Amino acid sequence: MHGSRLRKNLLTAMLLGPATAWLVVFLVLPFIAIAVFSVGERAPEGGYQAAFTFAQYANLPARATAFWNTMVLAPVGALACLLVAYPVAYYLALRAPQRWRLILLALVVIPFWTSLLMRTYAWMYVLGGRGIPALLAYIGFEDVRLINTPGAVLLGIVYGYLPLMILPIYVSLERLDRRLLEASADLGATPLSTFLGVTLKLSLPGVMTGFSLVMILLLGEYLIPTLLGGGKVFFIGNALVDLFLQSRNWPFGSAIAITLVLVSVVVLIAANRISTRVSGARRVDLI
Amino acid sequence: MSKSYRDGLPISPENFVDQLMRLKRGSIGRRDFLGLTGLGIATAVMAREIGIMPTPAFAAESLGDRMSIATWPNYHDPATFENFKKDTGVAVEVNVFGSNEEMLAKLQAGASGWSLFVPTNYTISTYKKLGIIEPLEMAKLPNFDGSQEDPRFTGEGTIDAVTYAVPKNWGTTGFAVNTKKLTKPMTSWKEFWDTAMAEGDSRTMVHDYQLTTIGNALKYYGYSFNSLKQDELAKAEELLLKVKPHLFAVSSDYQPGMRAGDAWMTMCWTNDGAQLHRDIPEIAYVLGKEGGEIWTDFYAIPKDAPNKPAGYALLNYLMNPQVAVKEHLANGAPSTDARVNKLLPKEVLDNPILYPAADLLTPLEFGAAATLTDPGRAELMARFKSA
Repeated sequence: MHGSRLRKNLLTAMLLGPATAWLVVFLVLPFIAIAVFSVGERAPEGGYQAAFTFAQYANLPARATAFWNTMVLAPVGALACLLVAYPVAYYLALRAPQRWRLILLALVVIPFWTSLLMRTYAWMYVLGGRGIPALLAYIGFEDVRLINTPGAVLLGIVYGYLPLMILPIYVSLERLDRRLLEASADLGATPLSTFLGVTLKLSLPGVMTGFSLVMILLLGEYLIPTLLGGGKVFFIGNALVDLFLQSRNWPFGSAIAITLVLVSVVVLIAANRISTRVSGARRVDLI
Repeated sequence: MSKSYRDGLPISPENFVDQLMRLKRGSIGRRDFLGLTGLGIATAVMAREIGIMPTPAFAAESLGDRMSIATWPNYHDPATFENFKKDTGVAVEVNVFGSNEEMLAKLQAGASGWSLFVPTNYTISTYKKLGIIEPLEMAKLPNFDGSQEDPRFTGEGTIDAVTYAVPKNWGTTGFAVNTKKLTKPMTSWKEFWDTAMAEGDSRTMVHDYQLTTIGNALKYYGYSFNSLKQDELAKAEELLLKVKPHLFAVSSDYQPGMRAGDAWMTMCWTNDGAQLHRDIPEIAYVLGKEGGEIWTDFYAIPKDAPNKPAGYALLNYLMNPQVAVKEHLANGAPSTDARVNKLLPKEVLDNPILYPAADLLTPLEFGAAATLTDPGRAELMARFKSA
């Protein structure tokens, strides 16, 4: 009895050990360091010097605009992604011919093989003056500017995060019991009400997973707005980069980072609550 | 009209690969933040065959077989390091940086591993204060000849009569204008900012760098580029906030925008100005007549350099005018060394972008250490960017 329990515990420790060690070294320890930094002071030449003060947190309103922009970008970007992704996932899961499905899924994933930075930089050329605007000029629309506009940022976000939205929705739709659709139709429901009452409702866990995933990544986004938005709109990610690499005000940057983590956790919990309620008390695993 | 399908492409395949490699090396533009890559400190190993080539006997013991240098993107003639390796057997690893702040952060953290690096004038006093660099042993640099250096550019390498750094090249910060799109001739920062809100609306770029963006906004009112005075900075902020909605971008990576024709005007450093003008003649480089920034990049050796002998050997090699002249032809920045200027082709010396008329240089100011580290200016920049 005792021996087997010991063995079981040992096995558990072995299975969880590497991941735990990884998380402690690369997540917990840096987080503690950031928390310590956040109650410190900026040294005169930049960087960190030890102190115990909440001045950095009191200074958070100085980046209120950045927080606000991020809070708008994250849900709007995730929503735009969802609107584009849902029909694609629906087609892949319920309409695409079986033999094409794997190929189509691969096509969704393949862009991930190239770094997002490279792909976003490529968009800079597509949207830049010698890309689409040059084609438009050819058919008579002179001096159209696409790059460095809010539309370009939205396009970049949808493009960059689309697979992360498609895949969870696809998985939840793929598991959908087709007989429920037939039952709904047999009982006289119109296709629309079948979609709303059965398909959409049962795919909500996937929708919420994709939505939270994209939204959390967008909370820290800075690359796409910088490259495709011309750095004119300031997000929390941009504020962090500037504070750590330019003005080297590490304590203030740390306070913002901690706040961002807390906000992300709140968003995650809220999304979980909402999806549990909407999809009828089914538990949803977000990640 | 087009002879090949390639003519109409937004960018040639070769160029695109170049850009990608530039990004891969961790650089988009000189002071543009490298955080973009998520790496920050990316490394390009120029000497690919480290350890493969046999080390020539004469240099073996004292110099070791490798060293690393921290510098700026597209700032050296790659042949320089290859030739150095041929002569000495020391392979040079080149670390490319995006800003002085990043370099400082890495050196402050310690164990950078560099035996030579290229700081800009306004950081040297900070490095000295933090004890990161130490005086150069001039006896190990026989190729350096202080009497041939223009004292205007060498000043900040010497603190209390002790030399901590020797100059690589100098340059200015002005603005580049596409004169086909903005035909009105411009000569001042006042015109730069006013045009940004009028004919240049949504086509103007400013640096993502507080030193120059705030500094040149201060010049609109004729204040010092380095001003830390509350009331003067408040005026500059007022101007910047007014201009913000009219800007095309806040970015130090302005070459792609200018080349594609999306941007018509941008704040610009000498070497970028020279490159843009060389490839697209209608892009002119203007120095504001009110003044602005003049800068010098130096060579210095970190106190904890792992291979000081090689650091000195490379620095001495780079100070050889025959070597330095190739460096200047490669990176396009003007030289501080009279011996090098004698070797440069006439068209380089006559290029007003590289060697502006004396009356334009007179009002220029060197950036000050306090300007770079001032928290007030950092916050002003954040307010400008988030407005």
